[in-house]
Amino acid sequence: MTVTRTPRPTDTVSVVTPWSRRRPRTSSIFPRRLNWFYVPALVLFAVFSIYPLISGVSLSLTNWNGYSRGKAFVGVDNYLRLLDDDVFRTALVNTLIYGVGSTIIQQVLGLGLAVVLDRVVRGASLLRAVIYLPVMVSPVVLGTMYYLIFRYNNGALNDLRALFGAQQVAWLSDATVGITVIVVVNSLQFVGISMVIYLAGLQGVPTEYYEAAQLDGATWWQSFRSIALPLLQPAFATSIVLNLIGGLKLFDVVQVLTGGGPGHSTHSVSTLIGETYFSNQAAGYSAAIGVVLFVLIVAVTFVLNALLNRKRVEL
Amino acid sequence: MKNVSTPSKALIYAGLGFIALLQLLPFYFGLTTASKPKTDLTSPWVFPGQIHWANFQTAMQQGNILQAIGNSALVTLVSTVLVCVLGAFTAYPLARRITRGNQLVYACIISLIMIPPLSVLVPLYTLMKDLGGLNTHWGIIVLMVTGNLPLAVFLYTAFMRSLPVSIEEAATVDGAGPLQVLFRIVFPMLRPVTATVAILAGVGIWNEFALSTYFLRTDETRTIAPAVAGFFASQGSNPGAAAAASLLSVVPVLLAYLFLQRSFIKGMVAGSLK
Repeated sequence: MTVTRTPRPTDTVSVVTPWSRRRPRTSSIFPRRLNWFYVPALVLFAVFSIYPLISGVSLSLTNWNGYSRGKAFVGVDNYLRLLDDDVFRTALVNTLIYGVGSTIIQQVLGLGLAVVLDRVVRGASLLRAVIYLPVMVSPVVLGTMYYLIFRYNNGALNDLRALFGAQQVAWLSDATVGITVIVVVNSLQFVGISMVIYLAGLQGVPTEYYEAAQLDGATWWQSFRSIALPLLQPAFATSIVLNLIGGLKLFDVVQVLTGGGPGHSTHSVSTLIGETYFSNQAAGYSAAIGVVLFVLIVAVTFVLNALLNRKRVEL
Repeated sequence: MKNVSTPSKALIYAGLGFIALLQLLPFYFGLTTASKPKTDLTSPWVFPGQIHWANFQTAMQQGNILQAIGNSALVTLVSTVLVCVLGAFTAYPLARRITRGNQLVYACIISLIMIPPLSVLVPLYTLMKDLGGLNTHWGIIVLMVTGNLPLAVFLYTAFMRSLPVSIEEAATVDGAGPLQVLFRIVFPMLRPVTATVAILAGVGIWNEFALSTYFLRTDETRTIAPAVAGFFASQGSNPGAAAAASLLSVVPVLLAYLFLQRSFIKGMVAGSLK
């Protein structure tokens, strides 16, 4: 028996809200009072995340110094001041260098290590554990140890150079060199995360694909480029987003290795926020820098997600 | 490594060995510097003939490193337990009552992951001062829980959605209330994801520096990372003691990593593959 059904006008209309492409599933088994379970967390978020975010925006429109009771509404003055503030501009440029530089190093090194460790059998798990080790350690602790490598007198690197008769280098008291050192230290500390993400991606590629390619006479490079790389798309997206955002938030390594100096030349936006608030007593201005950092991270996250998740290859 | 020739195999191992060595070197220099007296100006490459323990003593006595380790242990333990419990509580309705309202709540919680802690430093500091939470353990615990909860909710929700609903439905039909279902049926099934959440949150909180450096300024409450950093800055002329403090603070994490290496790495992957 066939039932013919005339289309009704409501059939093609489906309400699609931005956060839902599926029709909501409600069930009498899971009653509405279940929602009470998330109330404690929502209270916590309201008080310690959302409220600070909103009050940060309103503080950024004042000239508050952080201590006295008095503060006056100054409109967007703080934001206008940011536009001609050389210290802020340097910190913003540095932040982009920390973010992009670390991301590039970590993708190249992380993917390289993953490809090699995916094929190496002997000692692979030990090597993986050693390369991953710095991820577990506080950046403050690692920074302290890297200071022993990069300091001028008695530093491990300068001692090594002296052995070959090369001149000593002021690794940490020169802006350009200092920025490079910070990028390298941050990349080496967290390269383990990229390596593990790519390893997980590579191990998800079915071996039959490689075998088939081998039967067809493909070289290693050909099968890597046309089989593994496309299937690594989600791993690329995850690793790049994680590394870039981590680099843009960079605080610890900068604080420990150079403290933002010499002058203000190696500050990141994050370290500048603390210094502006506590050392310069410019709370309103510091709040404005905070708002800019937040907007930067949100914008970068959205752009990256849009760019990287556009096309995905399904197995 | 089947189809790889011997010379390129050697090259691969050399490269891998070099990078592994690179990752271990900072720890080696920390060790050599910490075990030499201040007057010993030999290169950090040179291992001391005799281990000099005074730096560790200085770190413990002047730097209060043991107290800081205790503080970190307390803050990490309490915060991690709270993140796990609150995370599971929050995720349960979000995984099981997928209404538009709940999807909105979920989306809002997940987007909180994007807030960099220092971007709200000024308002957060003011708020904590008003609440009397500066230089207190509860203050930093609240901040750590708030900061780590969104990712925990994300992981728990995803995991719960992958669990079959039928057992919970059956229990509900049998007359179990939502709390009973959560405690007796859902919680016992959450063990794998709880390990992931606990590792991610625990390591993050133990190593946390950005907020604790501003919110904990007294010796009695200070946690490990700001203690090492403070020691480092104030004793800049005494890198041996700073290195000793760093080494002492790393011991608990290294021991945990040594024993739970596999689950640590697995946890990090699960947390990163959003």
